[in-house]
Amino acid sequence: MHPAYSVIFLTTLIGAGQGLFLALFTVQSYALVGLLPAVEHRLFYAVGSAVALVLLVAGLVASFFHLGRPERAWRTATQWRSSWLSREVIALPIFMGLVALYGLAHGLGVRRELVRFDGGVAVDASFALGVAGTVAAFALFVCTAMIYASVRFLAEWASPLTLVNYVLLGGASGFTLATALAGVAEPRLVGFLSGWALVLTVLAAIARGASLWRNARLKPQSTLQSAIGIQHPVIAQKSQGFMGGSFNTREFFHRASASRLRAVRQGFVLLAFVLPVGLLLGGRGGPSTLWLTAAFAIQFLGLLAERWFFFAQARHPQNLYYQAVS
Amino acid sequence: MSRVQLALVIDLNVCVGCQACVTSCKEWNTAGAAGPMSDQNPYGADPSGTYFNRVQTFEVGEYPHTETVHFPKSCLHCEDPPCVPVCPTGASYKRESDGIVLVDVDKCIGCKYCAWACPYGAREFDEHQKVMKKCTLCVDRIYDRSMAEADRKPACVKACPTSARIFGDIHDPHSEASRAIREQGGYALMPEWGTRPANHYLPRRKTRLRIHADELVRADNPLRVEGHLPRPAPGTPTLDDATTW
Repeated sequence: MHPAYSVIFLTTLIGAGQGLFLALFTVQSYALVGLLPAVEHRLFYAVGSAVALVLLVAGLVASFFHLGRPERAWRTATQWRSSWLSREVIALPIFMGLVALYGLAHGLGVRRELVRFDGGVAVDASFALGVAGTVAAFALFVCTAMIYASVRFLAEWASPLTLVNYVLLGGASGFTLATALAGVAEPRLVGFLSGWALVLTVLAAIARGASLWRNARLKPQSTLQSAIGIQHPVIAQKSQGFMGGSFNTREFFHRASASRLRAVRQGFVLLAFVLPVGLLLGGRGGPSTLWLTAAFAIQFLGLLAERWFFFAQARHPQNLYYQAVS
Repeated sequence: MSRVQLALVIDLNVCVGCQACVTSCKEWNTAGAAGPMSDQNPYGADPSGTYFNRVQTFEVGEYPHTETVHFPKSCLHCEDPPCVPVCPTGASYKRESDGIVLVDVDKCIGCKYCAWACPYGAREFDEHQKVMKKCTLCVDRIYDRSMAEADRKPACVKACPTSARIFGDIHDPHSEASRAIREQGGYALMPEWGTRPANHYLPRRKTRLRIHADELVRADNPLRVEGHLPRPAPGTPTLDDATTW
């Protein structure tokens, strides 16, 4: 498939936004039950939510560049009964709204208790919004991943590993960003957040490695024999019916050389997994802002490359019909 | 299966790859209600354009035992179309009345998701109008009562000089299309995906003639030559002496 930069930016930006929100809510939950000290910086959650919201909005804006007719985009929510893209278009604004409300609840200092449990644990509006936001974040992960995994013709994408990778990669980038923010505002949290960022990055590396391993062993289910229905072992296309390009030759192929593909694969493994692990480990002790910010920046670049490779690696069966110009 | 399913049956045995169906489809639909099928740089170095129907050429076998197969491909109007449920705006739909899969170009946002979901590459994004387009089975011709009955068929069917394209209802067992599929072994493309395309293809046929040796040289030929019998001796009465014509 041809990697569209608008969709690459969409999925990586909203993944980081979702992961950042989940990191903030994880800190709040741990602090609520006393596993972490309460956050000192008054605006930590509010600014964190604002950063997450900026990422989500940037992702949404980027996605509009993929559409031929963006002015009709409001129609995309109507087919939620059958289309995962439609469901994502509903889940994304809901999640963005919840993140905004969560940030507002923290920023305005809304502390009114909703429920008080035995043992002194009090749940306020921001916690309730956080729970709702977590559910929405995972719903959005599922919708985004299923857009790709539900296309059964693209065997590289049609696997549960696609969803696992979206969750882990979004989580890893979000937690790394949260660590960087903590490095600036709330240094006591750097140890906790960087620990989870490391765990998620390593898990994401394992899961992405598993999907690379699986994709390398895939055998295409369609052949030229089934494509034109002639049962002869030797079939070759002599002409695809036209000499110039067409939508079918542009949209379904990455147009890069095999060596470029290999370089991108090695690059994203290095930038998204290896270097961030090193930078996070280095940033855990000592003056860390530079290391942690570099960890996020490099990991984000690596994730852009990973998403480009995710698109480029998918082989569409329609390519069987477009092989020779003659 | 009482619902009508209109479709094309394409006979690969007689298609000669003349591209008449390609040009007639382009000519008819570029002036149609859905808007022009735009071309980019048509007279330039790298032309590109929107086509609903393309004729491809495949070579089957290895030299010297090769066959050239011309292969027209357009939207197959699948009975279980994978391009319909993925559309987020509902622009991609299959008509209940006759089974034609269409794109509502007023609703389409051009996200290209339906093209990803079509294993046959039947849908194209029009670069000028920025929406997805595909074969409409000439729905604006087949129901147009102002046309003569003979013209109320898809442009490609009418244009084909070898009658390689048959149009009809494949759910009606008595239609020409159904009979062609049944009697000539019509098949669907990429059946492994379960899309159940309505368009079928008729396979290539070889006509073989078995010639026995004694058909070349008659077994009861005493002279073992294919030639004239020996001339009668001069003076032998002939039929001309015995009768008049």
